[in-house]
Amino acid sequence: MGKYIELTSENFEATVKEGVSLVDFWAPWCGPCRMIAPVIEELAEEFEGKANICKVNTDEQQELAMQFAVRSIPTIVFMKDGEIVDQMIGAASKQAFADKLNSLL
Amino acid sequence: MLDLAIIGGGPAGLTAGLYATRGGIKNVTMFEKGLPGGQITQSSEIENYPGQVEVVTGMELMDKWPEQCKRFGLKHDMNEVKQITKTGDIFNIVLGNETVEAKSVIIATGSVPKAAGIKGEAEFFGRGVSTCATCDGFFYKGKDVVVIGGGDTAIEEAIYLSNICNKVYLIHRRDKFRASPHEVAKMDNIDNIEVILNHNTLEIIGDNMGVTGVIVEDKETKEKKTINALGAFIFVGRDILNESLKQDDGSFLCDLNDNGEVIVDLKMRTSCKGLFAAGDIRIDAPKQVVCAAGDGATAGISAISYLQ
Repeated sequence: MGKYIELTSENFEATVKEGVSLVDFWAPWCGPCRMIAPVIEELAEEFEGKANICKVNTDEQQELAMQFAVRSIPTIVFMKDGEIVDQMIGAASKQAFADKLNSLL
Repeated sequence: MLDLAIIGGGPAGLTAGLYATRGGIKNVTMFEKGLPGGQITQSSEIENYPGQVEVVTGMELMDKWPEQCKRFGLKHDMNEVKQITKTGDIFNIVLGNETVEAKSVIIATGSVPKAAGIKGEAEFFGRGVSTCATCDGFFYKGKDVVVIGGGDTAIEEAIYLSNICNKVYLIHRRDKFRASPHEVAKMDNIDNIEVILNHNTLEIIGDNMGVTGVIVEDKETKEKKTINALGAFIFVGRDILNESLKQDDGSFLCDLNDNGEVIVDLKMRTSCKGLFAAGDIRIDAPKQVVCAAGDGATAGISAISYLQ
């Protein structure tokens, strides 16, 4: 069963280096982040082997949040081969995230 | 076919689900694109929910609601509803990639934060402009921010931000607040909130890193000044989410008022038979969790009698 990848400054680059990645910057106190948490889990299963579905806890990974200039959460960054190609701010539907991922695959 | 489709998973939708399922309706699905809870999960403190004596966050208040509903058989479909239509007596719930049929519908989609229509607001959204203090306040620890608005939410969230930020400027275009006197008095005791009344916010300015300040204008003297701040939190009311009621020909499935709010009677019945509305989407909604929950219960009970 697919599970999302918890990213830290240690494993970030190696994880997103190749292929398509979705990176969800979130924090435990954020309502809309919690709202999309089950969506991210389902995406991790559905895109297993096709895209890296990742989460960054901005509370613990403040350097990563700063590096990506995250000032609003949830921020969902889409990457291809280590480069940022798009981002979405705020809660959205699973379909919206899936469509974006499919357009990059 | 569903007996009842509930659109929206906030306090109204959840309570409608609770009452409908516990009242014996078998096939009830609540459509909510993510974890249920609704807009109140963004609120930093609730101190007026009856029986809830300790002050809690919106997230804490809503924590157990979904679990209670599931106990009586409410199903949750994590899908966004695009449109609701009706063919004869049957409703069609149009989702992204399929359509589900239902005998009755309760719409409880609520509202989303309204844009203030200020120059720079859209450009810097997510890069300094925010509508959720509990989400984003953390990124402004020890920094200066502005809050724009004059209602309860603006003042509550200004107080919340004053605990995190160095300084909070509260900018309101009128000369007094709409917020409750209790909230205003609470704010008056806080040293690092500076209230700027009777000022229009003309522009949110910034650079490629994000917001750097706002330009405000005194409504009487027309004097302009720039307030330096890295964050601009906007709480100027909410827009009703009635999009899913729109039909292909541009009309709406049921009657709305001029503000786009769904017209209901005391049983939460709309002008469309079998369609009920609950919570912030309806006319005269007090926009309180307890009222939304009450509406949900009423709509749930009305749906039961409609189905019988």
